[in-house]
Amino acid sequence: MNNRVIKVDYLARVEGEGQLLVKIKNDAVTDVKFSIIEPPRFFEAFLRGRHFTEAPDITARICGICPVAYQMSSCHAMESICGVKVDGALRELRRLLYCGEWIESHALHVFMLHAPDFLGYEDSIQMAKDHPDLVKNALKLKKIGNEIMILLGGREIHPINPKVGGFYKVPTKKQLQGLVEPLKWALDFAIESVKIMAGLEFPELERDYEFVSLRHPDEYPLCEGDIVSNKGIDIELSKFFDYFEEQHVPHSTSLHAVVKDRDDYLTGPMARYANNYDKLTPKAKKAAEDAGLPKVVLNPFKSIIVRAVEMVFACEEALRVVDEYKMPDKAYVEVKSKAGVGFGCSEAPRGICFHRYEIDDGGIIKDARILAPTSQNQKAIEKDLRQFVENHLDLSHEKMTWQCEQAIRNYDPCISCSCHFLNLQIERE
Amino acid sequence: MSPIKKPKLAVWKFASCDGCQLSLLDCEDELLAIADAVHIANFPEASRAVAKGPYDISLVEGSITTPHDAERIHKIRRSSKFLITIGACATSGGIQALRNFKDVNDFISIVYANPEYIETLNKSTPIADHVFVDFELRGCPINKYQLVEVLNAYLNGRKPNIPQYSVCVECKRKGNVCVMVATGAPCLGPVTQAGCGAICPTYQRGCFGCFGPKETPNTSSLADWYKNLKLSEDDIMRYFRSFNAFAEPFRKESEAHE
Repeated sequence: MNNRVIKVDYLARVEGEGQLLVKIKNDAVTDVKFSIIEPPRFFEAFLRGRHFTEAPDITARICGICPVAYQMSSCHAMESICGVKVDGALRELRRLLYCGEWIESHALHVFMLHAPDFLGYEDSIQMAKDHPDLVKNALKLKKIGNEIMILLGGREIHPINPKVGGFYKVPTKKQLQGLVEPLKWALDFAIESVKIMAGLEFPELERDYEFVSLRHPDEYPLCEGDIVSNKGIDIELSKFFDYFEEQHVPHSTSLHAVVKDRDDYLTGPMARYANNYDKLTPKAKKAAEDAGLPKVVLNPFKSIIVRAVEMVFACEEALRVVDEYKMPDKAYVEVKSKAGVGFGCSEAPRGICFHRYEIDDGGIIKDARILAPTSQNQKAIEKDLRQFVENHLDLSHEKMTWQCEQAIRNYDPCISCSCHFLNLQIERE
Repeated sequence: MSPIKKPKLAVWKFASCDGCQLSLLDCEDELLAIADAVHIANFPEASRAVAKGPYDISLVEGSITTPHDAERIHKIRRSSKFLITIGACATSGGIQALRNFKDVNDFISIVYANPEYIETLNKSTPIADHVFVDFELRGCPINKYQLVEVLNAYLNGRKPNIPQYSVCVECKRKGNVCVMVATGAPCLGPVTQAGCGAICPTYQRGCFGCFGPKETPNTSSLADWYKNLKLSEDDIMRYFRSFNAFAEPFRKESEAHE
């Protein structure tokens, strides 16, 4: 008879503070709590009274890992309120900046935070002793993502160059061409990474997920699109709160999001990939095919392969933008404030980052609502854990604890984000 | 050298965005060398391996915002030979210190449906308000090369070479045209500590004060110049009240324009 408590008080290799508690009684899982213990920071509250042009700089500070996601979502929301469309080369530069964040963030997660679980190391530094070339190449790939961020954003963390309407300053064609050789290397290494990740051993777990992501008619989604799911949702951003709601539960400082009248959903690489497989760039699609990856992946542990496929996409897309770039005459479109409500949603490396703002005539923010990807994934994570533990009751306490942590890391959770959110405990009574 | 003799480094997080500790992982060219020189004994963002203290160097990110954290920082101080705070949250309370100017209970009810689940303090405060801090490294986020310099200095028993002059000095060195003079863009550069490399003026925008007040900043004179640029009192208040809002000189100046 299996009675135990699995507890992790401070979950490692995630961004922010989280805990896990799993209680098992008479071979049945009686409780699963994935808690976010990150102290609340009240972004939505102090955005009130700020000028609409400040939103990209302020919301970037929600997350040091994916600041571009917050900047792009807030810029698009403000532009929609003010009736401005940012197109052409400026839109392309935004995609390039976002590719930089995807490369940097995915490389960090895939190699430095998640791969050590599969290969049995406590961290990437220990992993580097046995796999020095893998870690060195991973760091090189990550650095290339950061170089894009530095060139277009001014710095890798909390870029200063994006603004409502475009950028403060745009790069010359020659400056962008400096990225070509590093990106060609990055593309080759990303393709190799898909093979390496597909060769790992994956714990068994499959669930019938509701995958929620953006979808755009012409491209694999980054900054723009409608919200879709594999279970029938296909809506404009403005209808978001008709279909989704947030619940406040006692064990978490992050709100849990659900599909109204249904249940949990998954956002992030697996959802984007399932909903947008047809929009992948040719080399990304080929890398997935060569690795034998199906068009829909249902084992969350295999998200590491999907992330690698997305690294291929990001490198390929970045090369395309650099190749086609013509420096625009102006770095931004003039934006005049107008009273109204607007929405912005972009694909952070770990899932959709949804913003809604209300501003007044003078451009002052009256109300702000921000849904971080990890808060949307919290309930899916708890359900994964429950099913995983139920199906693996024979595992030793140590192995169970580690694999539960790994199951949470499948989501590349960014806890700092979600709280405006992690700590693992498994109790076996 | 056996791993036991290496100095032990710990990284701690309080209320923050994780960006400053990410700066350590962003040292792509230096990371493996740093891991060779020190024993990374506690760094949950990067490793599940945790070694017990005491630690030679503790890097502390984030501000104190909960009763539990106000206790935790004292334990960390007791187990650390040198305690170095990294970033605007840890050195001035960060962007979340905007609550310090309002009633936090109003804030809780705006964000959370069930305020009774939330435990928080009225103010977001810097680490130095709670324990003795050996060195404060500024920035939102910190500059990773300054971080490597500070680690290097403490490991070798010397003073870190971190200048306290203004962003203006960095602009002059880079040969930037002054954005405030040339374009009329309000810029906090004259009162903000250097360290970022004057990136905002380099990208043709005014500095917005990520590195906090420089030594002896003349904020009221700068505010007068802002008035000449036809900025409203509210605009001036917001300029001084952002990522280092609770740093004394910026706090006082913003309050003068409320």
